[in-house]
Amino acid sequence: MAAYAAGTLPHAFSLVVATQVSMSSEARAALEAHEAVGGIVLEDSGSVAVSDSMKSDLLSMLDDPVPTEPVYTRSGVYPAPVMEVLKGREPRWKTLGMGVKQDILSEDEYGSVRLLYIPPEQAVPDHGHNGLELTLVLQGSFSDETGRFGVGDVEVADETLEHTPIAGAGEPCICLAATDARLKFNAFVPRLLQPLFRI
Amino acid sequence: MIAVRDHRDKAAFASLFDHFAPRLKGFVMRNGTSAAQAEEIVQDVMLTLWRKAHMFDPHRAQVSAWVYQIVRNRQIDVARKENRPMPEALKEEPEAEPDAAQIVAIEQETEQLRAALAKLRPEQREVIEKAYLGELTHQEISTQTGLPLGTIKSRIRLGLQRLRHELKDLLE
Repeated sequence: MAAYAAGTLPHAFSLVVATQVSMSSEARAALEAHEAVGGIVLEDSGSVAVSDSMKSDLLSMLDDPVPTEPVYTRSGVYPAPVMEVLKGREPRWKTLGMGVKQDILSEDEYGSVRLLYIPPEQAVPDHGHNGLELTLVLQGSFSDETGRFGVGDVEVADETLEHTPIAGAGEPCICLAATDARLKFNAFVPRLLQPLFRI
Repeated sequence: MIAVRDHRDKAAFASLFDHFAPRLKGFVMRNGTSAAQAEEIVQDVMLTLWRKAHMFDPHRAQVSAWVYQIVRNRQIDVARKENRPMPEALKEEPEAEPDAAQIVAIEQETEQLRAALAKLRPEQREVIEKAYLGELTHQEISTQTGLPLGTIKSRIRLGLQRLRHELKDLLE
């Protein structure tokens, strides 16, 4: 949370944090407390004189028309930051087998972020991690060796965790999952499929 | 800031400019940004402050915390050429009366937080400043938690409680 406030998180993780803050007052309070510290650092930063013309330039710009930016709003279970990355469209699900589906929202050298759709009571293959994985539940729930995660909960998994998440009964589980590295699957077949599905 | 938000008061904006513009320029230049580029960023931030003034809520933040969030966004957008994902804005009750006690509480909390920061040893304070200037990676921030920051953390926690309380009221 401190890293998001300071702006040092990779894009994929920033999306998870911004989405969680949209869903949870507690997460928002944590973020805003960090911003309060940032504000104090800013207040107490050394001043550097700005050029003489800037103030008059700015004052003359105040009445300029404001460029309109698209504003994305929550749609169903998808909070606004997710809708922004989706550019307002519905998720485009690609099947991964066993009814599990994904939509890769963005991917770069620092990591990737995707939506995952897991049918009720379906397991996702047993996997470990090469880096950090944040999984935020948007709908339904899942459980693994470490506990149960419901809507608004984030599971933080790193190299030390090997887990088999299973979706809860009832609604399908929809998650926003960000990683800064490829997941390692333990079974031979999923490992073969990994390059294909870009997990 | 409230005069800027509610009355679009340009004289009040000019005083905010006098206060924040030099601090913003100093803040932005600390990570090695050139003076010319820093001026552009300061100008963008001040213009955003004017245009998005309606989103400022004194019940949740001091102006400095709000400006901090704007300048970090701007710096990230400039550095990465992509927008940082932003949380949904909270919807305020249009006719809600300002709650003076809550605004004062936030002010006092921030003042206490500032006093706690001021009491840190210089090297500890430097770590905090670097972290919030965006000079530490998230890995470095998470490995710095061994620092004796008990006072700061308890201040943040108190701040959290208050913010959380306020947010609950807003959301219900």
